[in-house]
Amino acid sequence: MPVPILKQGDVLIASIQAALSDRDLVEFRDDVATRVGSLRARGLIIDVTALDVLDSFATRTLRGIAYTAKLRGANTVVVGIQPDVAFAMVELGLSLEGIATALDLEEGLALLSQRSGQRGGRS
Amino acid sequence: MAAEVKISIESELDIVTARQKGRELAAGLGFSGTDQTLLATAISEVARNIVSYAGRGEIVFTSLNEDGRPGIMVVAQDQGPGISNVEQAMRDGYSTGNSLGVGLPGTRRLVDDFALASTPGVGTTVTLKKWRR
Repeated sequence: MPVPILKQGDVLIASIQAALSDRDLVEFRDDVATRVGSLRARGLIIDVTALDVLDSFATRTLRGIAYTAKLRGANTVVVGIQPDVAFAMVELGLSLEGIATALDLEEGLALLSQRSGQRGGRS
Repeated sequence: MAAEVKISIESELDIVTARQKGRELAAGLGFSGTDQTLLATAISEVARNIVSYAGRGEIVFTSLNEDGRPGIMVVAQDQGPGISNVEQAMRDGYSTGNSLGVGLPGTRRLVDDFALASTPGVGTTVTLKKWRR
């Protein structure tokens, strides 16, 4: 199932709607890398509210997406990690080190606009 | 829950099926939401090990009852290449595949009981148990 990617201003919002297979995740990664360029995005929000499991592969892929987007000039914020999912990730020893996270979409957007304001980016 | 439920692991798509089945069974036994998530995550890791290292295998769920306390046993088996150094595989940060190296040692922290048996050239069996709190 493809992940829909919406554009709002210079931010891409990708909302993961359901459990993704490994293949879906990899497709999503490639899709994001392309769209960051074609839509000239400066920020990317990945909403994982609907995910009930973030295992080692999913976490590694999310990190890969965020690093890829960064190299393409866009900051990523992962939003909506559920409390149980966060707890399981900690127990498993996973982290999203170096990647911004926020409670939800609203907080994520606020974080991105704060960052682009700081560096005096385009409005 | 039926005494035993078996899920064949043939491709990465079955990883999602297996962990959803595990969550469903745990919910049916009255596990908390957190424990359902911990178990589902552990199943995801062992199912992925099957796909990554053996290509195919199976996961069998069995309901347990110890003095009225329900639990779930998850047995993940494959006839893959096996693990030659089990002790090393259980060390944090160790991985032969392309992973974060959290796989098995991390999985052990998500469940109450964890056993790994492997014979090179014969296969690997990982047994997990989790009890309702």
